[in-house]
Amino acid sequence: MKYLALILSNLKRHKLRTVLTMLSILVAFLLFGYLAAIRTAFTAGIDVADLDRLIVRHKVSLIQLLPASYEARMEQVEGVDEAVGQTWFGGYYQEQRNQFAQMPVKPGEFMDMYPEYVLADDEKEAWLNTRTGAIAGSQIAERFGWKVGDKVPITATIWTMNDGSQTWDFDLVGIYESGEKGTDTTQFFFHYDYFDESRPDWGKGLVGWYTVRIDDPERSAEISAAIDAEFANSQAETKAEPEGAFLQGFANQIGDIGFIMTSIVAMVFFTILLVAGNTMAYAVRERTNELAVLKALGFTDTGVMGLVLGESFLLTAIGGGIGLALSWLMVSAGDPTNGFLVVFFIPGRDMIMGVVLIGVTALVAGILPALQAQRLHIADALRR
Amino acid sequence: MAGPFNWISQVASVSIFNVRTLPKRLGSSVTAVLGIAGVVAVMVAVLSIAQGIVRAMESSSAPENVIVLRGGATAEMMSGLGGDDVRFIAEAPGIARNEDGAIASAELFVIIDVKKQSTGTDANVPLRGVTRAAPVVHQDFEIVKGRMFEWGLNEVVVGVGANREFRGLSVGDSIEVAREQWPVVGLFEAAGGVSEAEIWVDAAVLQTAYRRGNSYQSVFAKLESPDDFQAFKDALTADPRLNVRPMREEDYYAEQSELLYNIVTGLGTLIAVIMGIGAVFGALNTMYTAVAARAREIATLRALGFHAGPVVISVLLESLLLALAGGVIGAGLAWLAFDGFTAATLNFASFSQITFAFYVSASLLVQGIVFAMVIGFFGGLFPAVRAARLPIADALREQ
Repeated sequence: MKYLALILSNLKRHKLRTVLTMLSILVAFLLFGYLAAIRTAFTAGIDVADLDRLIVRHKVSLIQLLPASYEARMEQVEGVDEAVGQTWFGGYYQEQRNQFAQMPVKPGEFMDMYPEYVLADDEKEAWLNTRTGAIAGSQIAERFGWKVGDKVPITATIWTMNDGSQTWDFDLVGIYESGEKGTDTTQFFFHYDYFDESRPDWGKGLVGWYTVRIDDPERSAEISAAIDAEFANSQAETKAEPEGAFLQGFANQIGDIGFIMTSIVAMVFFTILLVAGNTMAYAVRERTNELAVLKALGFTDTGVMGLVLGESFLLTAIGGGIGLALSWLMVSAGDPTNGFLVVFFIPGRDMIMGVVLIGVTALVAGILPALQAQRLHIADALRR
Repeated sequence: MAGPFNWISQVASVSIFNVRTLPKRLGSSVTAVLGIAGVVAVMVAVLSIAQGIVRAMESSSAPENVIVLRGGATAEMMSGLGGDDVRFIAEAPGIARNEDGAIASAELFVIIDVKKQSTGTDANVPLRGVTRAAPVVHQDFEIVKGRMFEWGLNEVVVGVGANREFRGLSVGDSIEVAREQWPVVGLFEAAGGVSEAEIWVDAAVLQTAYRRGNSYQSVFAKLESPDDFQAFKDALTADPRLNVRPMREEDYYAEQSELLYNIVTGLGTLIAVIMGIGAVFGALNTMYTAVAARAREIATLRALGFHAGPVVISVLLESLLLALAGGVIGAGLAWLAFDGFTAATLNFASFSQITFAFYVSASLLVQGIVFAMVIGFFGGLFPAVRAARLPIADALREQ
């Protein structure tokens, strides 16, 4: 560490160049962190999928409805603890562009199924007891400025009421928070009973899909097969799969765009680093003379190499560190699409990856100049 | 000794001198060019996704075409029209007619799971039940392989986009619907529009399979002329028997692609701006180095009586030249690598897959090069000012 002062004074030699190089590294790492969040958003929820949960949907497609009576039959299947139905309501709030996810559920079973949706006890109690009661995620409540106790009218696009009216009125009795990182807090849940009574006859007794809790994640394939077998050759055959596989499949539907975005940007990340690396190499080359003087003063070959590498590490660590920190701040400030990317955060794994990448970058950028410095012959260099 | 001519000739001579010494600073110049090229390539590539989606939507529509959905429905999937509704709509004023009657196709729209070619996971592929006017109404519908399905039979034709992106949709394959196998008998094109991601079947067959009775979800129709739309719309909305939402096809598709377009463009622009800032730092470094390396020459010129202006401009020109090279390389690379690249994604508005080709339009190329020049301008400005402000005596004395 006693050489830190020497390294620092080297960096200060061309302050402007040092700062500019640092800034380009900063931008590269800022981008790295930000893209990690975007990629996470496009593969929303896969990391937080519960191994104990299966998703059961209609075999032909997710939009085909399943009988509500399947719930009881599924709960008879060996290995199944609990099944909860959900249905895509597809309404909007006030304006057509304010679309978000609303689902009718059976509140008690639902809260047991999803412990990651955290609701205060009194709010939970109120929800269970209010037929027109609904709960909203904290993010969506904030977006529309909803408070507990508000009346929230939702305009239906699919499910008009049986009296022909298009607007459903709900009482917001609770706002749920996220219990773990990556939980979607942009959803809105209300009573299945209210939904089923008020919807037109053609839809009564049908639900969109089921979430099923199983007692042993090891047996998820076996239990999925047993559920599908239960409904084989019926009018509504099912497809059961682990929640993670279901979410992965859904992410693959968007797939291409997320993949293309991240891969091309990875390319540019390296271009920016190339520029920074080149500048560092230049800075060392320019100083050949001084390095030779250091050696003449008694610095060992390894010592001089260490000095150069140290400079590269310090520069990259400061630039990259600030870049990662800034990306974290930017991501915390919210997603750039105003609520479309429902989960938006940088996973810890990617932060660690970023730190590793700082080390790798410093090494790659510094190793050639460092080796040059190590091999320098005093006499030759001083004569230049 | 002033005078515009003299001034311009000073700019020219300093600039030529700069450019001729470029090879001496090859290393740092090339990295600056590459940095800018990378930024521009990414920007053009990402924005070409958005352009491609919009182009697919635009080629789906014709100015005289209309679509009618149930009132309040924002997409076909959530719409529903009865057999009577459909008849009233087809009788509305303004609808074009041919020997088979009104050119209006009542359609059903559902999705089925088909495996994605690239990942093998299920994707929401649109299955459209059509009536006889459909091949006339939908833009440039053309069977390119096999044949059209027989009306009344469980046969389907598949869009070329769907055929390319999803498994098991070639002529000779069959799809499973309502526990029956429906053979694929033909492939069709539709001017690169969204229909190309769809599977088509006789609406009557689909009604039976899905037990939809005589109901439909949308009516696509051709008007005599685009100008007839207002009258057509007024007639439908005034009709007490109907609760429908008539739209120009153009507006409908614009609405369908709005969300996706905004997301891709928004993210693309944000990323491009961040990268652009990074590239400005790179360019600044390069140009400061270039100015520093030439401090003595610049001081000599100034001592000889050259003005500060020409020196500033010459440095800026050099920076812009490097940026131009980077911009052209980057935009060119993006064009070569991505123009026409086909992909599929989920359109959230319709909850179904659309297929499209990346579209690097001329205006996108220009945008990319302009963006490069902006980077070059900021990257050159400060070093240029420094060059002009160099104290002549000090600079001449430097080693």
